[in-house]
Parts: sequence; structure tokens; C-alpha cells
Amino acid sequence: MKILVPVKRVVDYNVKPRVKADGSGVETQGVKMSMNPFDEIAVEEAVRLREKGAASEVVAVSIGVTDAQAILRTAMAMGADRAILVQTDLVLEPLAVAKLLKTIVDREEPGLVIMGKQAIDDDMNATGQILAARLNWPQGTFANTVTVGEGWVEVKREVDGGLEIVRLALPAVVTTDLRLNEPRYATMPNIMKARKKPLETIAADALGVDLAPRLETVSVVEPPARKAGVKVSSAAELVEKLRDEAKVI
Amino acid sequence: MTSLVLVEIENGLVKQASRSAVMAARAFGDVDVLVVGEGATVAARIEGVVRVLHADLPPLAETIAALMADHAGDYTHLLAAATAFGKNVMPRLAGLLDVQPVTEVVRILDADTFVRPIYAGNALATVRSKDARKVLTVRGANFDPVPAEGGNAAVESVSAAVEVPDAQIVGLEVTKSDRPELETARVVISGGKAFKDAENFRMLEPIADRLGAAIGASRAAVDSGFAPNEMQVGQTGKIVAPELYIAVGIAGAIQHLAGMKDSKVIAAINVDPEAPIFSVADYGLVGDLFEVLPQFKAALDA
Ligand SMILES: Cc1cc2nc3c(=O)[nH]c(=O)nc-3n(C[C@H](O)[C@H](O)[C@H](O)COP(=O)(O)OP(=O)(O)OC[C@H]3O[C@@H](n4cnc5c(N)ncnc54)[C@H](O)[C@@H]3O)c2cc1C
Repeated sequence: MKILVPVKRVVDYNVKPRVKADGSGVETQGVKMSMNPFDEIAVEEAVRLREKGAASEVVAVSIGVTDAQAILRTAMAMGADRAILVQTDLVLEPLAVAKLLKTIVDREEPGLVIMGKQAIDDDMNATGQILAARLNWPQGTFANTVTVGEGWVEVKREVDGGLEIVRLALPAVVTTDLRLNEPRYATMPNIMKARKKPLETIAADALGVDLAPRLETVSVVEPPARKAGVKVSSAAELVEKLRDEAKVI
Repeated sequence: MTSLVLVEIENGLVKQASRSAVMAARAFGDVDVLVVGEGATVAARIEGVVRVLHADLPPLAETIAALMADHAGDYTHLLAAATAFGKNVMPRLAGLLDVQPVTEVVRILDADTFVRPIYAGNALATVRSKDARKVLTVRGANFDPVPAEGGNAAVESVSAAVEVPDAQIVGLEVTKSDRPELETARVVISGGKAFKDAENFRMLEPIADRLGAAIGASRAAVDSGFAPNEMQVGQTGKIVAPELYIAVGIAGAIQHLAGMKDSKVIAAINVDPEAPIFSVADYGLVGDLFEVLPQFKAALDA
């Protein structure tokens, strides 16, 4: 079975995002970019499934600018066998991304797509579900544990009240939550090896997909800042302030 | 204009976040709700609901999204609360309808224009949807819930004619707790990595009981096994905005702040005077939690 792992290039999670002065968005120029952390978890899971013999090949795919090659190399250094870049300079929404991914799924025919539950830039939490809908495949979102069997996958999902286990017929889409695994670091020899792995580039506009945005960004602003309050010197003073000043207990 | 809100039933009641979604939907006109499984008669009593659509189906995204797509009809807006359940179903519905969903809405400006946080709440984006029909998830904390009583809606059974892919629920591990729900509690007390182990983490319990508070956790505390996943507060966990949020041994990473910085009052206890949590705290106490927490409990009881 082949596993397809979509990965997104985003502002590194350690960087404090800065809103552009003209209110058009968040600054991404001259900022450290990395693979979306949830996608690292997805790559790790796919590679582990291949190492266990539950999968035969792991293909990473990214939709984005030419520089997204860097995160595809990272995915291959972590163990993905090959990679596809669907190149575009447009900033795409989850719907368009899912449609592009569907063309790749139609071509590659994976048994499983594993992807991050959300990208930490737009925080949409939507692409996996939209892809599953458009493929008419079942979906196992917010995965905490993934078990693959003959023709099925069982996904333990992180839900509001605890955990829910769903059993899905393959092919299926799984989206990762934080507890699924701890992604490995790419070692130097594996980074070297990844340079020789195949990376194919396809132009997004050659795939016959409508990429026009459905959302118009009216403005992007900083949220109202909270100001730091006071320091108290003891637990007793804290209780007193909460009780008599803030009146919240 | 009429909206359809997918509501969740929990312990025989309509979830508060779902009633907040109904409130959000009122901005667009009349509101119908959809209930999957038990609870249609309870939902019929929500104030201001015109019609309850009721389907006897397993609570799976595959079936619910297909059903909603089938019944989308003249609805201009399809909504749910941005809970794990709503986040699972609504984008799938959007995919079926060829709509770009707008998730985690915190403000509605008009029928097409919505405000949502991006980048872990470090920016607020106002977006205008060009889709003819909108698919939205809304944050419970940002909309007052409509009253659970006062309505008298007609209940109508519905079913889906479409074939859905093969999925089934085979297990559920629900954590039982008598404490208030994290997202709706008036007071939340959360613990971080600093507790060192699960046993120590339980130091929060007597204080939570004393304050009638829900217990939350940072990602590091959940990852370390001190608390179950559903207690995680933050960008990728639960979003809370209680009257009082007490952060104990939590550094205050942006991903954590994203989940609690809209709380009315924030108190923080941390040994490190430079901890970023203090930059959002109304009341900060620099100190070792292992010393401070027992003193805090004693002061409450005094
Ligand atoms: C994709 C992604 C998503 C994430 N989502 C979330 C999320 O939803 N929620 C979330 O919380 N995090 C999230 N994180 C993790 C976040 O970046 C931080 O790593 C995490 O919040 C840190 O948890 P912590 O503050 O408990 O631990 P630490 O960073 O280890 O901080 C512990 C704090 O305790 C203090 N301390 C230590 N000992 C004591 C003591 N004896 N008494 C008092 N104070 C003490 C220290 O000074 C320190 O400030 C996410 C990260 C990523 C990459």
C-alpha cells in the first residue's frame, strides 16, 4: 500500500507572527519557514507504517512555492521515498488545495492519505475533511493512534469528551493530532540521502483545477493587546485580590 | 434567509456551544436545527428555533455531512459550534457542497463577512465569502448561548438518500468527571509541565473543587500524561474564556495563550519572573507551585 502525505510550508512555530502594516496579512518575507508541525507527525506516522510493513511506499506532496522543496527534502530525510511539488505562487485556500490533492490522489492511487489536522498559519482545520469529501472516502480526523489492517484502518480520535475509535474501510484520509507520535529528527546521513531521492515538480495550473479564492481578505489586524497586570507577593494576597478587587471568586 | 445549525446533545441537553451557534445564526434570520440521534424534543425547546430536523443516524462525519448536503436546499448558512464534532463534520460538508468553509468564526459582520483568528490568535482576519452558501463553525466563547427553553419548534424526520463510505464507531473512551465543562466553566485552573508527574497534577483538584472550577492543561502536561487530551487548552486544543483563568506552572507559549487570552481575569503562578504568561496576567505570583498551591488553598479556606 502506498501512503500519500501532504505537507505545508508555514512560518515556523517558534516565530512570533507579525501583522503587516498595510493590514493585508502576516509577514512571511525574511521569516523562518518550516514544515507545519502536524505534517511532521503525518510523515512520521507514514514512515513508521512502512517500517512495520503495513505500507510499501511513502510519497510526500506539497502545494506551494518553489522553496517548498526544502520541506519535501525534510520529509524525505525523515524517510519518505519520493516527493511531488505542485508548484504555484498563489496563496491557496483549503478547498483549492484539496482539489489539487485529489488530482494527485487520482494519479498515485494511495491506500491512505495521512495529513496534519490543521496548518498553524491559517488554523483552518479543513483540508483533510474536504479532500475526504471530494474523494468520497471515509475520514479519521484528529488521530491519536492509527492501526492498519487488511483493507481497513482503525483510528483512535481525540474528541471533546475523550477518545473515539472509528474503523474505516480503505482507502481513507487520516488527519493527525499532537499525541499520535513524536517525529524523528532527520540525521545528517539521511539528509544527504534525501538529496538523491526523486522530487517531481508539477505546475498547479496544469492540473485543470479552479484555484480562484472564495474568500476575500478584507483586513488582517493585531488582536487587542492585553496589558500585564500587577505582581502579588503571596498566595494570600492573590486570593484577596481575586476576591475583593476582581470579584471573580 | 434561513440557517441550519447542527447541534450536539450531551447528557440529554443541547450543548451550550451549540446554543451559541444558534445565537450566531440568528444574525442571518430564521434558524432551523439538525439533531442526529437522540434529543430532538429537547432541541425543539431552544428559544427561537423554527424547525428541528431529526435524523436517526450514527454520529459520523460521513453520514451527517451527506445528510446536510442532501438537505442544504434553500439554507443560506450552515453552521455548527467549533467543537471536535463540528470541526470534523462541517469542512466535509463544505467539500461536498464545493464551498470554502469559514472556521472558528469569532464575529459576524454581515451575512458574508466574518472575523476569525489566524496564526494562533496573533492576528484577526476579516474575510468576505463569495460562496453562495456559507459553511461556518463558530466559537462558543464568542457568542452568548440562546436559552435552552422558550421555544416550541416542529420536529421533522429526515434521512439521506446518498450512499456514504464505509465507516463505523467501534469504541469510545469517555473521561467521567463531576467538574464543570472546560469550555463553559466560570473558573478554569490549568497546570503545566512544572507539575512533574500525574500525581502532583492532582494538587489542582481540591482547589478546583473549592472554586467550582474546570481543570485544564498545557500541551506539555498532556503529552507527559499528567492530564487527558480533552483537557488541553490552546491553539490546537480547547478555547476557553472564563471569568477567571488560573495558570499554574505554565510558561505561556503563544500556542497556549491562543486558547485562554480572552479570559476576563487571568492569574498566573510561575517560578520564573520572566515567564511570558505574566505578560497577559492581571495577577502574577512568582513562586514555586509546590509551596504556593497549599498556601493558596489555605487562603481560600480561611
Ligand atoms: C503545532 C503545535 C501546537 C501546539 N498546541 C498547543 C496547545 O494547544 N496548547 C498548549 O498549551 N501548547 C501547545 N503547544 C506547545 C507549546 O508550544 C508549549 O510547548 C507548551 O504550551 C508548554 O507547556 P508548559 O508551559 O506546561 O511547559 P514548559 O514550557 O516546560 O513550561 C513550564 C513552566 O513552568 C515553570 N515552572 C517550573 N517549575 C515550577 C515550579 N516548581 N513552580 C512554578 N512554576 C514552575 C517554568 O518556569 C515554565 O514557565 C503546541 C505546539 C506546537 C508545535
